[in-house]
Amino acid sequence: MNIIKIEHIAKIYHLGTQEVHALADVSLNIDKNEYVAIMGPSGSGKSTLMNMLGCLDTPTSGIYEFTGKNVSEMSDNELAKIRNQEIGFVFQTFNLLARSDALHNVELPLIYAGISAQERKERAEKALVDVGLADRIHHKPNELSGGQRQRVAIARALVSNPSIVLADEPTGNLDSKTGEEIMTLFNELHEKGNTIILVTHEGYIAEHAVRIIRLRDGLIDSDEIVEKRFSSNTKKVLGN
Amino acid sequence: MRDFLFEMKEGLFIALRALKSNKIRSLLTMLGIVIGITSVVLMTTAIKGIDVAFQKGISALGSDVLYIDKFAWFGNRDFWKMRNRRNLTMDDYDRFKDLAKLPKASAPVLRARKTIKYGDNNVEGVILVGSTSDYVATTNFTFNTGRFFSQTESKSARDVVVLGSAVAKNLFPRGNALDKKIKIGNKNFKVIGILDEQGSFILGSFNPDNQAFIPIGTIFKYFLNRSRGSITINVRAQNPAMLADTKEEAIGVMRKIRGLKYSQEDDFAVNQQEGLMKNYNNVVGVIQIAGLFITGLALFVGAIGIMNIMFVSVKERTKEIGLRKAIGAKKRTILGQFILESTAICLFGGLIGLLLAIMLSMVINQFLPTSVQYSAVVIAIVISLITGVLAGFAPAYTAAKMDPVTALRYE
Repeated sequence: MNIIKIEHIAKIYHLGTQEVHALADVSLNIDKNEYVAIMGPSGSGKSTLMNMLGCLDTPTSGIYEFTGKNVSEMSDNELAKIRNQEIGFVFQTFNLLARSDALHNVELPLIYAGISAQERKERAEKALVDVGLADRIHHKPNELSGGQRQRVAIARALVSNPSIVLADEPTGNLDSKTGEEIMTLFNELHEKGNTIILVTHEGYIAEHAVRIIRLRDGLIDSDEIVEKRFSSNTKKVLGN
Repeated sequence: MRDFLFEMKEGLFIALRALKSNKIRSLLTMLGIVIGITSVVLMTTAIKGIDVAFQKGISALGSDVLYIDKFAWFGNRDFWKMRNRRNLTMDDYDRFKDLAKLPKASAPVLRARKTIKYGDNNVEGVILVGSTSDYVATTNFTFNTGRFFSQTESKSARDVVVLGSAVAKNLFPRGNALDKKIKIGNKNFKVIGILDEQGSFILGSFNPDNQAFIPIGTIFKYFLNRSRGSITINVRAQNPAMLADTKEEAIGVMRKIRGLKYSQEDDFAVNQQEGLMKNYNNVVGVIQIAGLFITGLALFVGAIGIMNIMFVSVKERTKEIGLRKAIGAKKRTILGQFILESTAICLFGGLIGLLLAIMLSMVINQFLPTSVQYSAVVIAIVISLITGVLAGFAPAYTAAKMDPVTALRYE
């Protein structure tokens, strides 16, 4: 089943009198448990596409269906609900609340989902344990290393059991060794059955993914399955 | 409804967390509201205090008394005209007493200002009230010790005096004033009675506590020439309900005594406390409005301070707002969060201000009668809540309508 189904979407920004076609005409399907990397030079429209996929923005034209629901016509509140329950964001700059400890940062999406304090705590603790931060639960971001911060952010993305994890340059602010560790974590998440969409402009990061979509000038330049690093799970998905 | 309560609760936690993380700023912002609420509460308290004191003072004078006088108490535009009126004399009083049937009592009054001495103690500028034995019936006076002067003492103009409680206290700090000889001007008087505390500070020298009472004949004998000075006739009605009729009769009787024709205007005035009351209400009303306006300004400035800080806070936390929206906070959740934050500041500030006002009013109470009203407490809390919501709304709305994509990218 398609989690994401995009048909001929376009996004046009108005900068003064100028029209900028950030996305010209993009069609795309993403299935459950896919591991997709979206690549492209800056200005190619990959950020716009990511915002669109993450329901942070709606297309100017075209249809976007998320788990069968038409997102392009949703209200702000409905979009907020989709983001809260179906999408886990991981950002380049982590975006943690500086004055809250790891636990509270991870709890945050559950607060907006209206989940009770007790259950929130349990689920957030489990998510932190899952990303290997069992001993850092009550540390604040400034007491954590870059890699640990990104792990907190990943725990926050996963805590509400979303349909997709959307990561925007997740290793952009990390050194290459830590970056590799984070990518290993993403690989493991994929192995466990999560659907992951990575946005990156670094080839070696994209290589972790199974499918690489390259954008250029608001259009899909190429969309290919990377066969060299199949995991057992991927083979199953591809029916191979 | 449950969702709303949940959001309120969580919003409150988030707001408190935000306030705690910026303690100094929160406290300084709060200070504006503390000062605002303190001054508003103190002002209402002071006004109420003065009001209560005035009512008490006024009722000590008796609400059923008319004062027939050469001058009207209010509407002094015609001062020069009134000044040229004939004086009211003792003869006028005697005839009035004969002719007027409705009054419960009436008495002539003539005032002089004198220094009273006893030994080393002296009280300057005491209002010396000269009257007849009937005077006491026109008042609600109660006696601490002794009595008022009798008809005989009054008629034969004896050198006896009744002291107001404050005067007695100043002359005789240790009490025992009865039967002592005191000096008024350079004449010796015998103290025959001391009043209970009657009035209120608000009446000043018209407060019976600050007066001394002697027979009117004695006043003429020592202090004033009979041909000079116009007396006042105090007229007490049977009861307040009969005040209007008594006044009507008094005007008729006075016109007859004065021999006025139909076409002639009254050449006297019948005053009553209602006028005093009205005048007081006018004055106090203006003070009240001015006072509340000025203290309200203080509160308003505090509110602007809060709004300003909330705008700064929203700007600073743009990225946080972007994140909260990205992970599922709705517009109204963000709106609520920031409004709750400013409301919390105002409410804490308001409560501190209230506490401060109550403590200050206790201190002030040593000098001026004040009373903190329950209504003032409720109003203070309500005002601080409203201030919080109003001051927080515009910044919160700015935060709520932020585009998450732009907000997330904000550096």
